[in-house]
Amino acid sequence: MTTTDEIEEIELGLLLDGIAKVYGYDFREYAEASLKRRMIQWLSTSGFDSFGQALPHILRNPVIFEGLLRGITVNVSAMFRDPFVFKTIREQVTPYLKTYPFVKIWHAGCASGESAYSMAILLEEEGLKGRFRIYATDIDREVLSKAQQGIFPLKEMRQFTHNYQKSGGRSSFSDYYTARYDHAMLMPSLKEEIVFASHNLAGDGEFGEMQMVLCRNVLIYFKEHLKDRALNLFHSCLADGGFLCLGTKETLDGRSIAPYYQEIAPHTRIYRKRYA
Amino acid sequence: MPRVQGFKAIVIGISTGGVETLKALLGALPKDFPLPLIIVQHISPGSGRGMADLLDEVCDIHVKEADEQELPVGGTVYLAPADYHLMVEQDGKLGLSTDPPVNYARPSVDVLFETAAEAFGKGLVGVVLTGAGCDGSRGLKRIKAMGGIAVVQNPEDAAASSMPNNAIMAVTPDYIVASADLPRLFIKLSKSE
Ligand SMILES: C[S@@+](CC[C@H](N)C(=O)[O-])C[C@H]1O[C@@H](n2cnc3c(N)ncnc32)[C@H](O)[C@@H]1O
Repeated sequence: MTTTDEIEEIELGLLLDGIAKVYGYDFREYAEASLKRRMIQWLSTSGFDSFGQALPHILRNPVIFEGLLRGITVNVSAMFRDPFVFKTIREQVTPYLKTYPFVKIWHAGCASGESAYSMAILLEEEGLKGRFRIYATDIDREVLSKAQQGIFPLKEMRQFTHNYQKSGGRSSFSDYYTARYDHAMLMPSLKEEIVFASHNLAGDGEFGEMQMVLCRNVLIYFKEHLKDRALNLFHSCLADGGFLCLGTKETLDGRSIAPYYQEIAPHTRIYRKRYA
Repeated sequence: MPRVQGFKAIVIGISTGGVETLKALLGALPKDFPLPLIIVQHISPGSGRGMADLLDEVCDIHVKEADEQELPVGGTVYLAPADYHLMVEQDGKLGLSTDPPVNYARPSVDVLFETAAEAFGKGLVGVVLTGAGCDGSRGLKRIKAMGGIAVVQNPEDAAASSMPNNAIMAVTPDYIVASADLPRLFIKLSKSE
């Protein structure tokens, strides 16, 4: 006899198969525990009783699918998250970036843009203003349009300011935003150096040559095969001597591209691509 | 009373201020303790790997910060990293996420317990120790529903009693014990087949 838990599991599998076929988004390669938690959370607010009941609606109605997609993707982020990482970028990466006439950076899985803006601030402070472009991409179009606005809840500014200072920020963080009611709007000029675009690490191809790729706290959601797919994408567009920055709990250990990289400082997960 | 069921893992939830309790508990376990211990302790985002290193120093048993996709093994304690949820995948490996806080906490005890309950079923021991708030109660309920057993620190023995109290209200624990008796209980449970 199949238990209701097992049936839920089966329905979930069918739903993921269907979504991959109908919409081209393949979530079967995502780590299950967190994906399932978020799907169940979506279900509880969806009005459907089960994945089985929701399935035909999701497959036939793109609007319902978009809602689910939003529930599945995890867009939490913060500016200058892990300040010591940004401090290391400032001290040990930018000196190399400065040797290029123009620097291109790919920020994959940028969510609402917090760390893309953080990088823009950091690079300007390090004297690269006007000499870099950040390509910030995400699978979730909705979150990208939020990123494009550069408006964040005012109550987050305290944490962001604290992180900024710990990351070696050279001025006062309040110079970078104006407060309006309960929101903070980042300086519009920061946006001019960032291009937000949609890109799916599970399906889309590579970009042109980059001097740096940041992809933080995205790979933890992927299973092995998809991790390698994403890493191979990064590898193929990184210039020799370029930098790959992962989340602090993500590592190249044991991955196929690992031999081509060296971590520049312990525990930072900032890797430098060796010269061929 | 102890049901004989061959446990596969012990999961522990403990809140801020539980360092001394953890030190005493883990310090009393032998190096070759046969089960993996997977722990969520509420800590502030900036704490880094300090806690795991500190505990590893003073304990015989190996203590480390959990890595994603790591298969937990006996004789090892896995601590949730600061600012990440710690989960158990269906295949028994550990997983991490930066999903939003649950019960105002990241890592959250409920997230660990609920996912571990799915993965280990009746092979799981869930333990709620000292702490403020209600994190862990829902997870403990899930552990029991999946056939695992629940251990709760005696609230009178706990530095902060609300987490144990809430757990006791949520489920009927299989054991309510003082922290000093935990090592002996763990060793006994680890030997049940
Ligand atoms: C937890 S956020 C990380 C945000 C930011 N990088 C940080 O470190 O704070 C994960 C992001 O990855 C995005 N994502 C998930 N799957 C993706 C995929 N297949 N391709 C591109 N982005 C993806 C999600 O939409 C989400 O915005």
